[in-house]
Amino acid sequence: MKKFSRVLLYLIVTLGALTMLMPFLWMVSTALKTAPETITVPPTWIPKSLQWGNFIKAWHEAPFARYFVNSLVVTTVTTVGQLFTSILAAFAFARLKFFGKNLIFVIFLGTMMIPGEMLIIPNFVTLSHLRLIDTYGALIIPWLASFFTVFTLRQTFQSTPEQIYYAARMDGASDWRYLWHVLVPMSKSTITAVTVLQVIGSWNAFMWPLIVTNSDKMRTLPVGLQAFTTDAGTQYQLLMAASTFVIIPMVVLYVFLQKYIIAGISKAGLKG
Amino acid sequence: MMNEKPTWRSTAKALLYLLPMLVITITFNIWPILSSFLMSFYTKYDYYTDKVSAMGLDNFKFLLSDPDFHLAVRNTLIFVAGVVPITVILSLVIAILLNQIKWLSGFFRTVYFLPFVTSTVAIAMVWNWIYHSDYGLMNYFLGLFGIHAINWLNDPHWSLLALIIMTVWKDLGFNIILFLVGLNNIDPGYYRAAEIDGANAWQRFLNVTVPMISPITFLVSVNGIIGSFKVFDQIFALFGGTPGPGKADLTIVYYLYQKFYTEYKYPIAAASGVVLFFLILAVTLVQMWYSRKHVHY
Repeated sequence: MKKFSRVLLYLIVTLGALTMLMPFLWMVSTALKTAPETITVPPTWIPKSLQWGNFIKAWHEAPFARYFVNSLVVTTVTTVGQLFTSILAAFAFARLKFFGKNLIFVIFLGTMMIPGEMLIIPNFVTLSHLRLIDTYGALIIPWLASFFTVFTLRQTFQSTPEQIYYAARMDGASDWRYLWHVLVPMSKSTITAVTVLQVIGSWNAFMWPLIVTNSDKMRTLPVGLQAFTTDAGTQYQLLMAASTFVIIPMVVLYVFLQKYIIAGISKAGLKG
Repeated sequence: MMNEKPTWRSTAKALLYLLPMLVITITFNIWPILSSFLMSFYTKYDYYTDKVSAMGLDNFKFLLSDPDFHLAVRNTLIFVAGVVPITVILSLVIAILLNQIKWLSGFFRTVYFLPFVTSTVAIAMVWNWIYHSDYGLMNYFLGLFGIHAINWLNDPHWSLLALIIMTVWKDLGFNIILFLVGLNNIDPGYYRAAEIDGANAWQRFLNVTVPMISPITFLVSVNGIIGSFKVFDQIFALFGGTPGPGKADLTIVYYLYQKFYTEYKYPIAAASGVVLFFLILAVTLVQMWYSRKHVHY
């Protein structure tokens, strides 16, 4: 009986896992087929001959290289910038004494309840007055600070022993030195977690880049992929090949850093 | 030293640390919040000059009488009511199952979580292909059970369900992770005590797991409801830049997008954003009130 329920357990979990994997397998399988093979009934899972050329063809059908570079630039600058502003702010909230600290903190906490979609219109207006629409500026600047990241980092900074801070100051270390040489290295795992989550979020962002870009050369990968569907029409093998190379970088990142991602979600999710 | 009082000097210094964050958030978060509330009352607004010549409640009156907005609210509510309960229940069940296995458990976690890290747009393309009425996998599988082909993406009766299924698939992993954390935090002593008292597996689930996990269930539901209220990306990608056949997948954020981006009716779009805000606020308050009574911390 025990053994039977164990087998049943694995059977259910495996079936579930197959359901989760199915779209990915179907995507890769289609990406490797010839056009006629994509529409055979019943569908085949393993293509008769692997059409690796589809990836190259899809890559050249639209300026995917350009989209890729744009995504890379936007993701990198956004993540680094946001991390920098958040670390500084989180340090101030965690260790420094200043007037209005609680008030400012509560106001920002309140803003986290506002749906971000509400901000799109005024931000679009601001950026168009700054003549930044359809530039990296529009894609990056609004995301250079995130109170969510500040909040998560502040929690971690506060949980490090305060004595170390006083000891460092006693030894004549400035706040700046203490922050970058003690606090940041001590909080490495949380910083990694928020970084990875931010990278994933930036890479996959769609609505904002869709709204603030209108030329082909400024599109990020998801927006470019969406535009590509109109050109590709019913060539599903090319569409799936393109989807594959949009998805792959984050899957690779995830497989290597999943420990941090999961820890980050548990921490941030449970507190947020 | 521990109880230093803030001084003007220390405040000035802290301000320097806060400055970069404050500049960005005030410009792109705080000011826009006020601005979009204000904008929702603009009735005569020139976008190019940013001049407002009249204000009033007309935008909200318009929303109240606009059948498209009614449809958007209705679709959003159906979507939330479809996605959230299924996701919460399924992810709890899967988390409990995953919690029972040791061999390959890391692998299974990776797999269940995979959809979370993938681009919504890219994976929606894949689902678009899965839902293909003639050559899609979905209808092929249904065909194996003798079910006739469904025109998932072009039949208004089915397209919202298609969206719900894809969203549940995408959201499961995130909730599973949170439930697993919650399950790990339950003191095994409770289960042993229940077992000694003769409780069977189902009773243990009902009387130990469910109450002990309730804070997570609460959190996951609030997250899920708020997230689902804001659904946009997958609609845009799944239905090729349209709100579904016969607007069957028009949601509040999609409505906002259309009014703003394709019709340039900024004040009306802003008003629909305000409505979205109050809907989310209302749900959050109801849930907080409910959790005070029923969630065991």
